[in-house]
This record gives sequence, C-alpha cells and structure tokens, in this order.
Amino acid sequence: MLGFIGKKVGMTSVFTESGKLEACTVVEALPNVITQIKTVDTDGYNAVQIAAFDKKEKSATKAELGHFAKAKTAPKRMVAEIRDFDKEVNLGDSLGIDIFVEGEFVDVAGTSKGKGFQGVVKRHGFSGVGESTHGQHNRLRAPGSLGAGSTPSRVFKGTRMAGRTGGTKVKMQNLRVLKIDAENNVLVISGAIPGHKGSYIMIEK
Amino acid sequence: MDLVKHIEASQIRTDLPEFNSGDTVSVHYTIKEGEKERIQVFQGTVIQRRNTGMDETFTVRKMSSGVGVERIFPLNSPFIDKIVVDRKGKVRRARIFYLRDRTGKKARIKEKR
Repeated sequence: MLGFIGKKVGMTSVFTESGKLEACTVVEALPNVITQIKTVDTDGYNAVQIAAFDKKEKSATKAELGHFAKAKTAPKRMVAEIRDFDKEVNLGDSLGIDIFVEGEFVDVAGTSKGKGFQGVVKRHGFSGVGESTHGQHNRLRAPGSLGAGSTPSRVFKGTRMAGRTGGTKVKMQNLRVLKIDAENNVLVISGAIPGHKGSYIMIEK
Repeated sequence: MDLVKHIEASQIRTDLPEFNSGDTVSVHYTIKEGEKERIQVFQGTVIQRRNTGMDETFTVRKMSSGVGVERIFPLNSPFIDKIVVDRKGKVRRARIFYLRDRTGKKARIKEKR
C-alpha cells in the first residue's frame, strides 16, 4: 500500500472528457517526508512513517525535534505510519505526488465533520415514526421500539440510538484522481472526501 | 494562493461574448454521435442566467413549430463551440419567465439601442 498525507482545500467541479460537470475536491499535496523506516528485525513488522506540513520549530517538543532531525527535515504537523509500503524508500526521502496517475482510483481517509448530539433519523437513517398528524404527538423523528418486552427484559447492546455523530475516522473508497498539478502540488479527486476544509487527510492506493 | 480558484481558472471560458437575459443568441453546440462530431445551432431568447463560477448556466427559449422549447447550457462547457449574440433585448428583470405565458405579438422584446 502507498499512502500520502494531504490537506482538504475545498470543493468545486470540473468538466470530464465526456462533457459532464463532475463534483470534485481540491487537495493540497505538498511533498511528504519519510521520517522512519520500521523493519521486522528492528520493530517486528514492516512499515514506513511519513510526515507532512511544516510546523514552527518553537512549537515542536524536543522529542519531536530529535526525531525529525534524524530524517534531516523540519518538524512536521502530521505524522502517519503505513504498513508494507509498496515503494523502496530511504530515511529522509521526499515523496511527491508523482506516485499518483491521472485517472486511477484511490481511497481517502479523514476525520468526518462533527455534528454533535443527533437523533436516530440523522445518525442512523431511521425514517421516524411516520406521521405528524392522525393522533401522533411529539413522535415524528422518534426511534420507535427498542425491542421486545418481558423477554429479554433488557435492551440489547449496540442498539442504535441517538448520540454524538460525526468526528470519527471515515474512509471513502474508489475515488478517481481527476487532475494532478505537479507545479502547485494540487490533486483533484472526484466526489466528496471526509472532513472540513483545512483538515488533514490520508490518500491511499 | 486560493487553490480552488486556481483549478477553476483553467476551466472557466473567457472567449464567450457578454450576454444577458432578453438577448437573442445562437449557441453553437458540439454534438457527438458515436465517432462523429457535428455542430448544432440553437437560437432563442436567453431567459435566465444562474449560479456563478464553474456552475454558471443559462437557459435559452425558442418557439419550435408552435411549441416552446427550453434548453439549459452550462456556460463553461467545452462543448459550446461559440455563442453569437444576434440581438440585444431590453428587459426589466433578470429572469423573464413571463415569456412562457405569452405568444405572438405579446412575446416580443424591445431591442436595446
């Protein structure tokens, strides 16, 4: 697997070859740096640690400074580990967006937008109790029954109820890379990707 | 730099003439039939322009053998070969949907001079 850290910039649309207007997300994809290489001998498994997006030296801890100094790079905001990296890399190497090809499919993972405490209609796609008239009162978006009565006389674990929604890791699969602008380090990916503008995302292929 | 604007800038058409609702235009639209490409001309009155930037569209209305036909074109579509403004119309509103209810002499639009 190959991975790449990017930053969601915003959404727009582009015309495809067939003349259709396709919704897309613009991703800022500055070169990533290889900051650590883990092998079976040293760590028990194979993995590569990548980092991207500079942060100020004064806001980095001494531990971070020491870690990034080993790769001879400035301290970075985002660090991620990818197991079984498909590309031969060395410590301190720069990973550019040339690993992507226009038209290929990628998966994009990110933290979805937090939506706060939400009811079951928004959170789990329940359809509510149905009617707002015919004697119904305060029940339009209610969950309905939570289960049977005397047997089992409890609510099963994992029963879908209202609660905190969003703000979790979400991966969108099979999104097409529509455009690559190597000069400005910009990727254009079809459709929507998780998270708000400015959030960091992981592009996998 | 605004990267979204940068991506849009490469797609937005700047070669098209200025036109507004009320104008009579001929839209030369490329049509693909299998392998062949040909250009179809759709002439009519622009009755609205909506959205901005990449998503901007305009609606053209014409009377075709007594039946009103409306077609919506994306302004930045690469399939628009060219747009010819045949006549500038003088109208008082941006969306002249009242044309839909009118036929004959009443559906005329004064020319802008």
